[in-house]
Formats: sequence, structure tokens, C-alpha cells
Amino acid sequence: MSLPLVVFLPFIGAILAPLFAQGGRTAIAIASSVPSVIALAALYPHWSTLAGGGIVLNTFEWMPAMGLSFSFRLDGLSLLFALLILIIGLLIILYARYYLKPHENIAKFYSMLLCFQGAMLGIVMSSNLLLMLIFWELTSLVSFLLISFWNHKQDARRGARMALAVTGGGGFALLAGVLMLGNIVGSFELDDVLAAGALIKSHELYPITLTLILLGAFTKSAQFPFHFWLPHAMQAPTPVSAYLHSATMVKAGVFLLARLYPALAGTEQWFYMVSFTGMATLLIGAYVAMFKHDLKGLLAHSTVSHLGLITLLFGMGTKLAAVAAVFHIINHATFKASLFMAAGIIDHETGTRDMRRINGLWRFMPHTATLAMVAASSMAGVPLLNGFLSKEMFFAESLALNLPGLWAWLPPIVATLAGIFAVAYSARFIHDVFFNGKPVDLPVYPPHEPPRYMKIPVEVLVFACIMVGVFPAFSVGPLLYSAASATLGGNVPEYHLTIAHGFNLPLMMSIAAFVGGLVMYSQRQRFFDFHARFREIDEKAVFESAVSWTVDKANRLTAMIENGSLQRYALLLVLSVVAVAVMPLADQGIHIGSSGIRPIDWPTLAGAAILIVCALGTAAMHRERFYALVLLSVVGLMVAMGFARFSAPDLAMTQLSVEVVTIVLLMLALYYMPAWAPVESCRSRRFRDIVISLAAGAGMTLVTLAMLTEPFTSISEFFLENSKTGGGGTNVVNVILVDFRGFDTLGEIAVLGIAALGIYAMLRDTVMTPPPSDHGRAWTRDAYPLMLQQIARPMLPLALMVSAYIFLRGHNLPGGGFIAGLITAVALVLQYIASGMVRTQERITFRYHNVIGLGLLFAAGTGAASFAFGYPFLTSTFEYLKWPVVGKFEVASALFFDLGVYLAVIGATLLALVSIGRLSPHSAIKSHKESH
Amino acid sequence: MEIAFAFVIGALTTSGVYLLLRARTFPVVMGLTLLSYGVNLFLFSTGRLATGQQPIIGSTETYTDPLPQALVLTAIVIGFAMTAFVVVLSLRSLADHDDDHVDGRQAPPGEPVSENRGGQNQ
Repeated sequence: MSLPLVVFLPFIGAILAPLFAQGGRTAIAIASSVPSVIALAALYPHWSTLAGGGIVLNTFEWMPAMGLSFSFRLDGLSLLFALLILIIGLLIILYARYYLKPHENIAKFYSMLLCFQGAMLGIVMSSNLLLMLIFWELTSLVSFLLISFWNHKQDARRGARMALAVTGGGGFALLAGVLMLGNIVGSFELDDVLAAGALIKSHELYPITLTLILLGAFTKSAQFPFHFWLPHAMQAPTPVSAYLHSATMVKAGVFLLARLYPALAGTEQWFYMVSFTGMATLLIGAYVAMFKHDLKGLLAHSTVSHLGLITLLFGMGTKLAAVAAVFHIINHATFKASLFMAAGIIDHETGTRDMRRINGLWRFMPHTATLAMVAASSMAGVPLLNGFLSKEMFFAESLALNLPGLWAWLPPIVATLAGIFAVAYSARFIHDVFFNGKPVDLPVYPPHEPPRYMKIPVEVLVFACIMVGVFPAFSVGPLLYSAASATLGGNVPEYHLTIAHGFNLPLMMSIAAFVGGLVMYSQRQRFFDFHARFREIDEKAVFESAVSWTVDKANRLTAMIENGSLQRYALLLVLSVVAVAVMPLADQGIHIGSSGIRPIDWPTLAGAAILIVCALGTAAMHRERFYALVLLSVVGLMVAMGFARFSAPDLAMTQLSVEVVTIVLLMLALYYMPAWAPVESCRSRRFRDIVISLAAGAGMTLVTLAMLTEPFTSISEFFLENSKTGGGGTNVVNVILVDFRGFDTLGEIAVLGIAALGIYAMLRDTVMTPPPSDHGRAWTRDAYPLMLQQIARPMLPLALMVSAYIFLRGHNLPGGGFIAGLITAVALVLQYIASGMVRTQERITFRYHNVIGLGLLFAAGTGAASFAFGYPFLTSTFEYLKWPVVGKFEVASALFFDLGVYLAVIGATLLALVSIGRLSPHSAIKSHKESH
Repeated sequence: MEIAFAFVIGALTTSGVYLLLRARTFPVVMGLTLLSYGVNLFLFSTGRLATGQQPIIGSTETYTDPLPQALVLTAIVIGFAMTAFVVVLSLRSLADHDDDHVDGRQAPPGEPVSENRGGQNQ
């Protein structure tokens, strides 16, 4: 239980800490340190288990089907990282209290810092790889926000974006790699993965998996060629640089190498990819650091170089090298974090980080200078400091590497060369900043010592450097052993943590590095001149141009597909459907199933022929819109007859009434639209469209034929059996609509209502004038023919009666709410056509919006009423009543539901049609005059 | 019978798709209507073609599959709502652009464009 607590405490802190921002920087700093303190206390009791070689696991299920669980693990390696994160985190919180200015957004800063702390703890303590990935991404995101903390600076924003692009891209690769890894192992739990090392390494997908995972690790840990984001991340406030970009987050990559070491390491591919990447990074980082005038730039490149060193150690694949790597992680975190903090103090007190201007600070701040000099010496690898110990181990390991032939010389030479550079840039850090004459043109003069408490974090870390350097076995021995044991899966080789191993080859290399480094520094001007001859690659410009190139290409691709032409989209849509269907259909050919084909009677054949001719005619004559519409209406009528022919009376009635409404609607639209369509497409294009549509039609024909001739089973037995007994109706289709699948129908009428309201909204403020004449012929002067008026008026009560009849019988015979609603709608539409907009509207005293609403209310209310009787939503009931004259009559609760359907259909249909009818001011005014 | 039915659906699809690819709104609306006829018939026929077996309890010996019918019934009504919506969309586009091209483009240059002939939108 305590492990998730450790991980989530900082997140809770991130939410609560801003509440203390009102109390000033001290209050929020104290509040922010509470999670770390509690977490440290919560971890303490586990130490005895870990020292005995055990691990602590806390597992909670999250999404077991996906292999994702909330499982947390504490072993030596995660404890080591957790301690680094928590203790350095505490120091950073204290440091930032003095670093930030009172007017800055301290609430945001501390909140994000705590977020980061939680995410980082999540990475190191997750026992589930998917869970770890979530935290991994979270650190990238928070890092982005923290780098751009001063978001008014363009450099900060750019640096943040670059960091996010690189680490986020790496995270993506890592996700793919982890998914593959989980697929190979069959589990995402770390225990299973670590135990399956042999299986993973022999798997055929191992090379790709490893490459993807390494991409994730290398981008995060700023390895060549992805290292460029880290120096640009130095736009962040210095506490962030110290915490995220030297001590913890950039270590996540090497942590991953350590974590998955038993599962992935030990192959040739691992050796070459990891060690050569590490070597390149080590050298490049060390070389560039030498030439940076920016204090933080020097430290950033040095960080890159040291991360390369750790990577190289892991890549060597020997157990001792892995121990050295873990050891160097500790050492680098301590001396580099303290150096960053010192650099921040200097920046704070002098107002600049340019080493050409800050010289001779020893006289102004001897205390800080001493601390920085000790830390820098550790970075250079001076004996009696922690950096010396791990560097010696590194030198020894580089010698022990068995490479064939002359290659054997490469690692020691690279190591020594990197050592020389490290000494040189450390010497520069010490000599340039604290000695070397007087300050030049400082923005803040004279500089003085920072506040007392700001130095405490630096002091603590420098003290740790010395303690580890002088008493390694006593101070860090057990922790290192435990972490190394977790990394190597329990097989820790024998090693000795002592200050001196006697006069041996590694010591010679150290001495060579010192002499070389000091010589190099003394001759630095020559090197600077040499370096100045090369054009410096501006990574930011390269990156930005790469990004804009990608964006440009993506835009072009988008523009190609999405060119704003609806015609093109429709074409692509149809083409892709045809393309997907063409393969299986070509394979299948003309398939006649086992049910066979039944003979056809001539009326059906005639109907089918009329339908086909009219459908093709609609397409052929589409430019003559009116005639095409007439043909279309024939198609609709034939479809209705088809439904009637094939045992679907309800469908036939629905189709018939919908057909009437649809044609009225299209006629209305045609009133405003041009009656003829111009010839738009060229001949070849029409030919292309004909081919495509024939392909689509042929495909549908084949599919339909294959389906119709295959025997099938249906779930409808249930509906047929229960319709009468359960739903109280004999018309199964209607019972399905209002009872079995009533919820579905409720959704449908809601859609209907929404569509109608959408139509109303679209046309509410639109006025359209129809063309003055019907293409040459004047519109008839008799807008509302007398005969039509006289017939239409008595039709209304008749039609209403019919629809009432159809509605009431719907449960047992063809009919129901949908059909009755459409009949009523048609009858009302007829009134509008016959008597005009204004006259009809005057006699209809309700708004159709309300009818839709009432309908939905009825339907939903009927459904909800079943709650009152303790049944689930839309449970129906029915009762038989004896009515005088009518006789036995069945009342089902579904009838009220159907009433809702009825009302919604009327409201929606009429609202849509009336909205269009009202468009023309011309006819409205005219009819207005007539009616008065 | 099945062959004729399959050809009906094929013809509806062919005409529907052809009209869908036209450049003016009205043919496209008609194409969509034809397509929806085709789709409705197709869905309906998943219950197979039966004659004289209307799913009304007590009216015949055997019944055809009622479920596709129920689904298609709502589909017809919804299809109407969608047709109406698309028609109105094209009307609005005509009002706003003074052109019934599906891409809503303005009348080509050179032709006098009366100031929003009918369209007035606030």
C-alpha cells in the first residue's frame, strides 16, 4: 500500500501546494516539501527487506484484459532512484524558494515541480511497463511546461517544443517497443519480462523491439544524435535544469537500460548499439562543452557527455561495467546538480552566465566558489571525490573490453580523450569563473554571496560528493550493492569500493587525462581558434527547418486529399469502398447459395423492371430536374409496392407516406433552385463516374444475390413468440418498435426532432426569392386553385380520422405512430399547399417545436413511468378494456409511447416543410394580401 | 425473384452513386435518396424475400423475419429527416453563395453577381 502512496503523494501535493502561494515563497516551499518527507518516511521501513535482497510489490488491478495494472515495485534500483528524486527534490524546493523572484508564478512552478516528482517516481517504481509508459510521457509533458516556464521568452518556447518533440517521439517508439516486448513475453509485468530474458533475446522480433526501446531511452537521455534538445532545454529556470535535466529526468533513459538489463542486454546488437552510441555521445558532449561560453551550456554538454559515459558502461555488457554505471548515476547526480545550483547562484548574483564576463568571482563569493570548485573537481575526476571512483571503474572496464584486433584500443582511447576534455572544461569552469582577472561589465555589480539558505542544498550535495569519495564503502556501499543487484538480477560480481587500487593502468589513464586536460586548458586559445574555423551547426535552426519541412509536406498532403471539393471527397469515399470490396468480390464471383433461386411472377418482374428503368432514368435525366424528380417519385412508389409484395405492410405504408412528404419537400426546394443543371463535367469525367457507379452497383448486386440465396437463422423467433404474450400486440413490427426496442425508437425520434430543429435554425434568418418565372413560362397567377382548396378542407378531418384509426390499430394490425404521424403530416401539408402559408398558419395555434417536445416528453415519460412501479426504463404493460360499442379493447402502456412517436413525427415533418415554405417573402406577402 | 431483386438494388446503387458524384446539389440529393432506397431494400432483404407471410400474429401460418422490418421502418423515417436536412443545407448554400455547386463556390468571375440574390443571413 505504501508504494502507490509514495508515487501519488507528490501529485496530491501538486494540487494542494498552490493554495499556499498566498502565504509567499516560504510557505509554499514548506508545503511542497511535505510529500517528499512523508514519502521518505514511507520508504524507510522497506530498507530491511531490500538489504536482504528482497523486493516489495504492491499490485492493484486496473485493466487486466489489456495487461495494465497499478503495480508498483521497490527494489534496489528503484530505491536508489527514488532517493535521488526525493532528496534532490527537497534540496531543489529549498533552492527554488530563493531562486525565484516574488512576482513570479510560484504556484505554477511548485505545482509542476511536484507533478514531475510524482511522474518520475512513477517511472522508477512502476512494475508494469504500460503504467511506466504513462509516467514516462507525463515527465516529457511536465518537462515541456517547465522548460517554457518563462513563456514570454521565444528561446524558452522553442527549447520546450524541441524537447517535447524529441522525447515525445522517443516515447512513441518506446510505446511500440514495449508493446512488442509485452507481446513476446505475454505480460507487461516487470517480473515476467525480466524472467523471460532468454525467450526475448532469441525471438525473431528482438532486433526491432530492442531498437525501438533504445530509441526511447536514447532520446530521453539525450544520446547522440538526439542530444541536441538538452542544451536548448537550459532555457528553463536553473532549479529545473538541476533537477530534471541533470539529476533525474534525463536519467530515465539510462534507468530504462538498467531496468531492462536482464531482459535485453548481453547480445551483440545490444553491445554495438548501446556502447557505440554511448561512446559517440561521451566524446561529442565533452568536446562541445569545452567551447561553450554559457555557464549552463557548458554544464549541459557535460551532462550529455556523462550520460554517454553511463550508456557506454551499460553497453559494454559486463557486470562490473553495469555496477560502475549505477555508481556513476549516483555520482553524476550529486556533483552535477550542485554545479547547476552554483551556476544558478552565479547567474542570480551577477545577472549573466557568460564566462567571458564573469571572472574573478573568488573575491566576491568565496563560499560559493569553494563549493563549486569541489563539485567541479569531482566532475573532472579528482581523487578523494566521488567522480574519481566511478571514473576509475570506467577506465578499468574500458580496458577489460575484449574487442578484436586494433578495435581493442578504441574504448580506452575514447575514455582517456573524454577524460582530457572533462578535465579541461572543469578547469575552465573553475579558473574562468573564479579567477582569471576581473569581472567584465557585469549587469549586477558588485556580486555578493547569496542568501544563507540558498547555499544549503549545494553544501549538502558537495558534502555527499566528499563522503562518497572518501568513505565509499561506508556511505554508499549498501545502496549501490542493492541497486546493482536489482539491475543484474541478483548476480553481483565482486568489486571493491576503495579510494586507491594501487598504481595500475586506470590510474595511469587518470593521470594522463589530468595532464592532458590542464595542458589543453592552458592552450585553450589555440583550441578556440581551431574550433572557430568550423561553422557551428545551429541545432535549433536545423530542428526548426526540419519541423517546418515536415509541416509543409503534411500540409501539402492534406491539401491534396482535402482540397475543399465535396465532389472529390464523395469520389474518394466511393472509390475506397469499391477498392475494399473488389478483392473479396472478385474471388467470390457470382455466388448462388444453397437456398437457390425461386421463379418470378410477371407482376413482380414488371415492377422490378419499372423500378430499374426509373432509377436509371433519374440518373440519366438529372439535368432536367423536374422530370428526374417525377421519375424518382415512381421509384419510391415501386419500393413501397415491393415492401407490400414481400410481406411488409408496415413498411409499405411508411414508405408511401414518406414518399409523399419527400416529393413535396423536393418540389419545394426545386421552386427556389434552378430547374436545369448546366453541363458541368467533361465527357471523360462522366465516363469515369459511370464506370465507378457501375462497379458499385455490380458489387451490390453480387452481394445481394449471394446473401439472398444463403440460408440464415434469425433471433426473431423470440419476437414472434413473445409479441402477443409479452407485448400485448399481434403486429410484431410495431411491438418491436414500441416495446422490445423502444429505447432505440426513442433515440430515433430524438434524431428526427434534432434534424427538424437544425433545419429550422438553418433557415430561420434566410430569405430566398424564387426565380421570377419557370424558365420562360410565367408562374400561374392562380396560386391557390379554388378546386384544390375546396377538396382539401374537408379532407383534413377525414385524414385525421384515418390516422387515428391507423394509430390505434397499430399494435395489432399494420399501422402505428410513425405511419399515423406521417398521414397527419401529409394532411396538414395539403392544407398549406391548397390554402397558402399565412392562412394555414393562422389556423394552427401551436408551434411545431412544442409538438416535437411534447412527443419526446410522452415517449420518455412513458418509459420513465415504469420506474414508478419498480421496473427498468421502458418496461411495458397492457390491459384489456371493454368499451361500449367498440367492444374489447386493449390498452398497452406502449400506446402512450407510440403517441409520443406520433407527435414527434408530425412536429418534425411539418417544422421542416414549413421552414422551407416560409423562405419566400414573395409568396407569403402575396398570400397575406389574398387572405385579407 | 432473387436475381430481379439483386438487380433492383444494383440499379439503385448505380444511379445513386452516379448522382452522388455530380457537381450540383439537387442531383446529389436525389442520388442520396436513391441510395437510401437501395440501402433500405438491402437491409430489408436480410430477412429474405417471403410472400404472404406478414409478421402479424394469427394472420398466416408462418411469418417472415420482423426485425429487419422494424429496423428499416425507422430507417425510412430517419432517411426522410436526413434528406430534408441535406435539402435545406443545399438551399442555405444556394442562398449564401448564389450558386448551387456542391462546393458552394461563387459564380465564376466575369458573370455579374447580384448582391446575394436571395440570401440574407445575419
